Amino acid sequence: MTATQVQPVLEVRHLSTCFKTDRGVVTAVDDVSFKLYPGETLGIVGESGCGKTVTSKSIMRLLPEHLSFQKEGSEVLFGGNNLSLASEDEMREVRGDRIAMIFQEPMTSLNPVFTVGWQLDEALGYHTTLDKAARRERAIEMLRLVEMPEPERRIGEYPHQLSGGMRQRVMIAMALCCEPDILIADEPTTALDVTIQAQILDLMNGLKQRLNTAIMLITHDLGVVAQVCDRVMVMYAGRVIESGTVRDIFHRPQHPYTKALIESIPKSGAREHGKRLPTIDGIVPSLFELPHGCRFEDRCTIGDKKCIDREPALEALDGREVRCHFPLGDAR
Amino acid sequence: MSAQQANALLEVRDLTMHFPVRGGILNRVRSHVHAVNGVSFDVQPGEVLGVVGESGCGKSTLGKCLIRLLAPTSGSIRYAGEELVGAGHNELMPHRKRMQMIFQDPYSSLNPRMTVRAALREVAAFHDIQAPFGIDAYVEELIVKVGLRPEAADKYPHEFSGGQRQRIGIARALACQPDFLVADEPVSALDVSIQAQVLNLLMDLKDEFGLTLVFVSHDLKVIEHFCDRVLVMYLGSVVEELDCTTLHESARHPYTRALLGANPINDPDDRRPLTVLSGDVPSPFDLPKGCAFAGRCPLVEARCESERPVLESKNGAHPLSCWVVD
Repeated sequence: MTATQVQPVLEVRHLSTCFKTDRGVVTAVDDVSFKLYPGETLGIVGESGCGKTVTSKSIMRLLPEHLSFQKEGSEVLFGGNNLSLASEDEMREVRGDRIAMIFQEPMTSLNPVFTVGWQLDEALGYHTTLDKAARRERAIEMLRLVEMPEPERRIGEYPHQLSGGMRQRVMIAMALCCEPDILIADEPTTALDVTIQAQILDLMNGLKQRLNTAIMLITHDLGVVAQVCDRVMVMYAGRVIESGTVRDIFHRPQHPYTKALIESIPKSGAREHGKRLPTIDGIVPSLFELPHGCRFEDRCTIGDKKCIDREPALEALDGREVRCHFPLGDAR
Repeated sequence: MSAQQANALLEVRDLTMHFPVRGGILNRVRSHVHAVNGVSFDVQPGEVLGVVGESGCGKSTLGKCLIRLLAPTSGSIRYAGEELVGAGHNELMPHRKRMQMIFQDPYSSLNPRMTVRAALREVAAFHDIQAPFGIDAYVEELIVKVGLRPEAADKYPHEFSGGQRQRIGIARALACQPDFLVADEPVSALDVSIQAQVLNLLMDLKDEFGLTLVFVSHDLKVIEHFCDRVLVMYLGSVVEELDCTTLHESARHPYTRALLGANPINDPDDRRPLTVLSGDVPSPFDLPKGCAFAGRCPLVEARCESERPVLESKNGAHPLSCWVVD
């Protein structure tokens, strides 16, 4: 990865997304900044409710506008435009064409009353100038690309006739049919069996290499991250708490949360068998009652009064970023 | 560990569960879903037996049959020497107290209109649990045992997070003081940090109460960590039975190897192509004549298509059902 010369395809700066609720306004994503380069896979990890999905939906502007808003100063820079301020028409040109998204649950994200072919054709009809026959050909070609068996027959079938793995392939085919610059995959394999997950990850990797697509992979499965991501961003309670290369994050985590998260996965091998797993005590703080200081403070095993009084800033440290008063250094 | 010990807590023989599929104007039985097909195994007292497989392989159905939430089509389940298959409601009643289940989704398995106290009291009262310090004290003690504060007793399920709800699900299962538990994907819906908390809790409770567990999961990492032995299921049949401490070294069946190979390893320096199986699982309506895995197996031979292998231990090795590897 040559991140130094290449221009980022997407740059998010100070993105803050708020929701209006009955109990007041909550900031679900708080001042998130990152860059995404062509041909790389950026993993976004964290526990439920940490703001992973809200970040991706904010980029795509898919959150309901009457319930949510982006704070002033939020910038999503893509192709010279700030998507944060773009009109709905401009967004429609971008969505599905330049930036595509795959969702976790392929059954609820496909329309049950239309055939697979119709749904692929819709995107192609909107974003390309191909005629009907050419669009059908392209749809079949896309299904073949995602290794769907018998694409000519499958194109006439409805989502309920397909298995979970095949539905996710249709989603990927739809996402890729306009050859987007960015693919946002929100837990694309969480609902699938490991053998099917392996197929889908294999497929996404192949497509990344062929089309140089940048992938934003949102997942809570650290095994998947270790296997397919180049860089990782760890989120906690709406904040980015650490980011860096996948090897740095796994081998030399700086933030106590990252370290604890990696240690809490069951390891394979007889040595670990039947031992108690290291855990992170407590739960994620409610967004309604965020502490003044570090958001991880009450679950953290290190740190002192400073952590309660003042929230650490996200600081650059050897080509990576950490939000901690007491980063762990190189000690493993 | 030899599977044939006389003092097994649970002895399962040739267990079969077929669900009828009805249709047409007369609502006749048209075909059967072959969810579990002739499964046999033993569970020793104090053991944790894992059951792993892909969705639709029959692992949850097997778990529900074991504690007779379902009535198996045929076969035998002997629990502490007593036959459960074919037993009626009244005969099963004394056993219900001794065998309980933890479900995957604790939200849908708890009554939203009942406080935790009411839910646990109901279980304890129904099964006539003797509580020397009163039933409220008993319920609070249970709640503390699963790692919640006693105040949690008067809250409703929606007031808890997923991990806390699963703890309540565990408290509910333990309220009638069982000695055998079936845990059906108890940590699959939880985040990794919470998953570790719940697994540790189960491990502690197992030791404290002397529980025997059948642990159903699709996650081989969790099974390997938590269980003593594992049954690998594919399309309603056990294809291999393994000791978890030597899982990676001793796994022989091509399906088990594929499952192990498809599991992403948590090390960015150890990247390897994940094992990719082609094809999908065959339909459980009409099982193939030969080996159920033949259509996806990388080692398939002519015999696999025509004859079904049986689960057997060859030369003292662990039980395996495959024609090609032995």
